[in-house]
Amino acid sequence: MTKVTLEVNGKKVSKEVPDHTLLSVFLRDNLNLTGTHVGCDTSQCGACVVHVNGKSIKSCSTLAADIEGSKVTTIEGLAKDGKLHPMQAAFKKTHGLQCGYCTPGMVMSAVDLLQTKKNPSDQEIREWLEGNICRCTGYQNIVAAVKEAATKM
Amino acid sequence: MASLVGSRVERKEDTRFLQGKGRYTADINIANQTYAVFVRSPHARAKIKSVDTSKALKSSGVVAVLTGKEIAEDKIGGLIAGWAIRSEDGSEMKVPANPPLAKDVANFVGEPIAVVFAETLDEAKEGAEKVKVDYKVLKAVVDPADAMKSDAIHDGVDKNLCYDWLLGDRKAVDEAFAKADKIIKVDLINNRLVPNAMEPRACVVDYNTASEEITLYTTSQNPHLSRLVMSAFGGVAPENKLRVVAPDVGGGFGSKINVYNEEIVCSWASKKIERPIKWVAERTESFLTDTHGRDHVTHAELAVTKDGKFLGFKNETIANLGAYARVFGTVTPTYLFGPCATGVYVIPAAYSNVKAVYTNTAPVDAYRGAGRPEATYTIERLVEKAAMELGMDKTEIRMKNFPTQFPFKQTLVHTVDSGDYVAGLEKAKQMADYAGFEARRKQSEANGKLRGIGVSSYFEACGIAPSAAVMSLGCGVGLWESAEVRFNPTGQISVFTGAHSHGQSHDTTFAQIAADELGVPMENIDVVHGDTDKGTFGMGTYGSRSLTVGGIAIVNACKKIVEKGKRVAAKMLEVNLDEIEFKNGEFVAIKSNKKKTIGEVAFACYLPGQRDEMKSPIPEGDEPGLIESSFFDPTNFSFPAGSHICEVEIDPDTGNVKVEKYTAVDDFGRIVNPMIVEGQVHGGIAQGIGQALHENTQYDETGQLMTASYMDYTMPRADNFPEFNLGFTCTHATSNPLGVKGCGEAGAIASPPTVMNAVIDALGGQEISMPATAEKVWKACKTMKKSNAKAA
Repeated sequence: MTKVTLEVNGKKVSKEVPDHTLLSVFLRDNLNLTGTHVGCDTSQCGACVVHVNGKSIKSCSTLAADIEGSKVTTIEGLAKDGKLHPMQAAFKKTHGLQCGYCTPGMVMSAVDLLQTKKNPSDQEIREWLEGNICRCTGYQNIVAAVKEAATKM
Repeated sequence: MASLVGSRVERKEDTRFLQGKGRYTADINIANQTYAVFVRSPHARAKIKSVDTSKALKSSGVVAVLTGKEIAEDKIGGLIAGWAIRSEDGSEMKVPANPPLAKDVANFVGEPIAVVFAETLDEAKEGAEKVKVDYKVLKAVVDPADAMKSDAIHDGVDKNLCYDWLLGDRKAVDEAFAKADKIIKVDLINNRLVPNAMEPRACVVDYNTASEEITLYTTSQNPHLSRLVMSAFGGVAPENKLRVVAPDVGGGFGSKINVYNEEIVCSWASKKIERPIKWVAERTESFLTDTHGRDHVTHAELAVTKDGKFLGFKNETIANLGAYARVFGTVTPTYLFGPCATGVYVIPAAYSNVKAVYTNTAPVDAYRGAGRPEATYTIERLVEKAAMELGMDKTEIRMKNFPTQFPFKQTLVHTVDSGDYVAGLEKAKQMADYAGFEARRKQSEANGKLRGIGVSSYFEACGIAPSAAVMSLGCGVGLWESAEVRFNPTGQISVFTGAHSHGQSHDTTFAQIAADELGVPMENIDVVHGDTDKGTFGMGTYGSRSLTVGGIAIVNACKKIVEKGKRVAAKMLEVNLDEIEFKNGEFVAIKSNKKKTIGEVAFACYLPGQRDEMKSPIPEGDEPGLIESSFFDPTNFSFPAGSHICEVEIDPDTGNVKVEKYTAVDDFGRIVNPMIVEGQVHGGIAQGIGQALHENTQYDETGQLMTASYMDYTMPRADNFPEFNLGFTCTHATSNPLGVKGCGEAGAIASPPTVMNAVIDALGGQEISMPATAEKVWKACKTMKKSNAKAA
């Protein structure tokens, strides 16, 4: 067992967990932050993407103990004061989600894209999102959402 | 008040999904729950000589281990085939037993043999490792084309043949073929696909020892149907002691229609061990055990005159059912396939012959489009080839054979109520700049690339109902849908539907419909679905049926609310019933123009007494309250149709196929929410392009699944697609009062042949099978180069 201390969505948390606990499991099972989803177990689908110290990572292939002391932001921590983050609002406006399962990872990944590059082209958005699989939308409205958010962020 | 039907209303469900507040099955935890891990067959076909659970039972944290022996002793029934299909000779189809835990023989890799319950997931996994199964490995039957010549997998199923089905008239087809100037022939493989909803299957079961009720939370497209099957055929519990909840479900695409082994086993076991149980599939378990789609081997022929008129069509198909026949497994390659295989054309004579075979692979069932993509692929490959061989324009040959009169009695089964196929194709040509293609082809050639254009026109029969029709074709249940509308005393409305949303946006579209019918703001309406304890019974969501069947049940229940409201309002306003008009949420006395809002009337419905100003507003013969329900059973299927055009560019040096342009023009009748419909079309097209270019399910000769994770199975990514160009035409359906047609599957039905026709066009007519991977295309480019060199 290992004691893992993190700052998650602005709150300090500390839990004693088995050494091999993945960050996705830590968030979902130990903190009940079930917005982070697991879709593939092999780090292809990206449903589990969260931010660690501001950068997007796949929480299903990160050991919680490995990021001891880090700041983690999950989908639950994105909206502020009851107001959707511009990326969340853009996904809603452009119908960038259907079943909602890939959405948290997609949104977290897209937020990191706009932090990295302010006004990406369609092709750049599509290439960035290569690590996030969506089976519902055909990606078109997700690309539209990122472009919409780029005008607001 | 402006109509909400037809508006691009943002989705109600998004607020929760976007903030991680969705509640999917795997998000649910119950105090004191155990974790289930299944022991699965590593062999495609093996006799189970013995199962030794003794070491597992002693393993740390293990609560119980159950096997096929216990489940058989408790007389728990197996999984079922939902449709009875007869062979051409009149004999019944052959369906083997499919126990929830295999006891004597395992028939595909991943089939569950035993289950371990433990205090933690890790302990359950460790326990499962310690279950010792002694197998006698048998030679597996893998290739559907060889199945009829191989050992029989199941006792009593000769030649592994479930049925040898015929639809149509062989003699008439022979006569038509005798008159033809040319016979166009294709040999096609419709590649096997894994639906791959992003949420893996899961279930959480809670057995209440006091009420003896089992609550099953599960990833289902049809919780009511699951309860019915588990109760009637599984004998897990009587229906009144079994509650099935399908909360937020992360995509289905057909793979979550079936009741699965794990749901039956965990429900049964929860009662047995008196503990809650949680099971969540790993992605590889989903690959191995979710029902797969397609997997047809087809030879088809089209008889044509030299000026391009179609005279006859025939289709001989072997359909792979996998190891067992499941809910829609037997109907998908027959009535969902055969009738649509003649496409959108007037073809005087036709038949479809389908031999469905068992193999040692995962069961094959409905996957988005179910039978209709296979049908459309067959006819649209033939039509495109006919145009090529006759030297005709590919749109002209289609126009020439479209029906122009509706209702259109299609060759084999359906009477299509409405449509305008000419308008759809004309619009698609215009939007795709079809006329400008040759210039673009030349431009690509100048850049050393090969460019091709492909067309497909489709119709499909969806809105799966009507009961009279489907039951006559072999369906084991009626496929109506139900709704209940509860107008609460203080003005909020709950709309209960038997349909289930797993991405389809029912919270929004159904609220739009009800808001229009009742004249109230959408915000006042909550759509409730997915819980057998809430609302009326229902058949669920598949076959693009939610709106055309379930939506209409909501409309009808709302109309009953308004009718009762009129009676109450007449009494309140002291006028005759025929003097009351309902408009924009108000009941108006025509002569006096006195009004009562629907909210006031609803409130009055719950106060059937007399006090102060309030005077017993319930008319004689009416009961208090304002709750109405409806079971809607349409008179016909719904028949969306359209034409899609695709342009691809191939790099002959790498074989890479790039989809350059994709245009889709569809007729879905009246559209409730264009934004949502566009999203459905985008998703369908993406899955169809996935089938055409990327996805394939590969078993090796021993029946091991070689593509069992996202490292091996190509899921389409964002950078595989261009921006799709969508257009719509509109002819109203006549089989329902809204005039709507199903839109969920059309994209996946039309796109595979559209893309493949474009690829084959770019390759100068050289046939290539799906998926057109870079390797296959590169080889075809080499062949093309050689033959071009020879010709020169």
